[in-house]
Amino acid sequence: MFLIIENISKNFGFDSKANLVLDNVNLLIDKGEFVCLVGPSGCGKSTLLNIIAGLESASCGRIILNGSVVRDAGIDRAVMFQEPALFPWLTVIDNVEFGMKMAGIKREERKRRAMKYLKMVHLTKFKDSYIHQLSGGMRQRVALARALAINSEVLLMDEPFSALDSQTRNILQLELQRIWIDTKKTIVFVTHNIEEAVVLADRVVVMSTNPGRVRKEFKIELSRPRIPESPDVTYYVRKITDELREEVEKVARDEYDGGWNVEKDLFLSNADSNMGIGL
Amino acid sequence: MLKKIYFYLMLIAIWELVYKINDDILYAWAPYVLPSPISVFATIIGLLKSKILLNAILSSMRRLVIGYLISVVIGSIVGFLMIRFKYIEENFSSLILGLQTLPNLAWVPFSILWFGYNESTIIFVIAVGSIFSISLAVDSAIKNINPIYLKAAKTMGAKGYKLYSNVIIPAALPNIIAGLKEGWSFAWRGLISGEMLVSVTGLGQILSKGKDSSNISQVVAVMLIILSLGLVIDKFVFGRIEKSIRCRWGLM
Repeated sequence: MFLIIENISKNFGFDSKANLVLDNVNLLIDKGEFVCLVGPSGCGKSTLLNIIAGLESASCGRIILNGSVVRDAGIDRAVMFQEPALFPWLTVIDNVEFGMKMAGIKREERKRRAMKYLKMVHLTKFKDSYIHQLSGGMRQRVALARALAINSEVLLMDEPFSALDSQTRNILQLELQRIWIDTKKTIVFVTHNIEEAVVLADRVVVMSTNPGRVRKEFKIELSRPRIPESPDVTYYVRKITDELREEVEKVARDEYDGGWNVEKDLFLSNADSNMGIGL
Repeated sequence: MLKKIYFYLMLIAIWELVYKINDDILYAWAPYVLPSPISVFATIIGLLKSKILLNAILSSMRRLVIGYLISVVIGSIVGFLMIRFKYIEENFSSLILGLQTLPNLAWVPFSILWFGYNESTIIFVIAVGSIFSISLAVDSAIKNINPIYLKAAKTMGAKGYKLYSNVIIPAALPNIIAGLKEGWSFAWRGLISGEMLVSVTGLGQILSKGKDSSNISQVVAVMLIILSLGLVIDKFVFGRIEKSIRCRWGLM
């Protein structure tokens, strides 16, 4: 197995039972596989991604990548965050070059490779712009180019499209599928949007909340590129939605007062549901 | 702009009027209490003509620049040490905060005993007045960097020295510049305090001489010159730098 997530538990603070965020999560990911983690808010999916990235440490368990244990953040795992996290003092192309500059790659080579990745996200025209001159979708595309430019085998994505409007999101989902087919990277993608997960992933891992565990996995065997409107996608969305309904109701019961009765089957009635995140 | 000019012309007219009323009718206060704007203006012209003023400004600026540069270097080093070593931060930060609130003037006797009545004394007072404010500014500027930048940098392999030069310093730069600007104003105060008490050449010394000869026109003239110099440097040097950085960083 290429990426092994082994017995990962995580609790915040010292009271081990009460603040358990992740409880014994096990996951095996193949080389070149596109895996989406979905789950209601608070299921620890972002925490799990941060642990894989080496930005947070697990209380228990280990991550094994390509046969060696992950201890720290490193350039073998590129990360894309919900915010673009681009450096405002650098131009677009300098942002894309950043990882290569840290690796000590020569200037001409950096420029050449950065242009290749900017071409991939269709932003060569804006290579000398500053970040604050770009729209939200363009920024996220620069962030994607920057992550690709590190040339790692693994790409970790933490709800990268969730702050974008739905048209921009659809375009980026298509682009990401194309880039994934071209680059054959292993992608772990966290989202709270079931439809997005079905469109993108080979395998959707559904997580349960409080504490976070792997609830069920769905293999998505559909041809690519997939579009959200296709009936096949809708079929899978329906199946995963049914699986998640109980979890979302659990979160609602925890987060709302006792006086507000959560009716059965209240949430996740439509296919494009975002699991009550905007409630 | 025109509105502002009218406002100041009016202010000067009222000033002249008050002076005239007292001088011709009331005799409520002695003539060395309030100068007339005309005599202040004449004094400025006179000082300019005799080159006293120009020399004073040049020697004051020289001291100011030297003292300020010393404090920028030492202040930044102290700031970075506070970030780098928790031990220094924990034990020294309250001491540095205390030293920063200590008025410049309080350093003058100490400085005289160390260096005597000369140039070094004033430079010391200038530097010591702004070092601590700069080091605190550097410390807080770095602490307030958006953690997402550091996270992103780490995942791209930035470590140690490269992390500092490529991420931490540029990310903190807008706030560091604000701190340097504040340090400059402390240095400016230190300069005048030092020059007034340690009688050598300089703006503070002319100010002090004005007092000794009960020449209120000279006192006010020099005050106005100090005020305008400070304003000009603040607006045209620091203001420009600050604006261009904030613009490029997308903070405007």
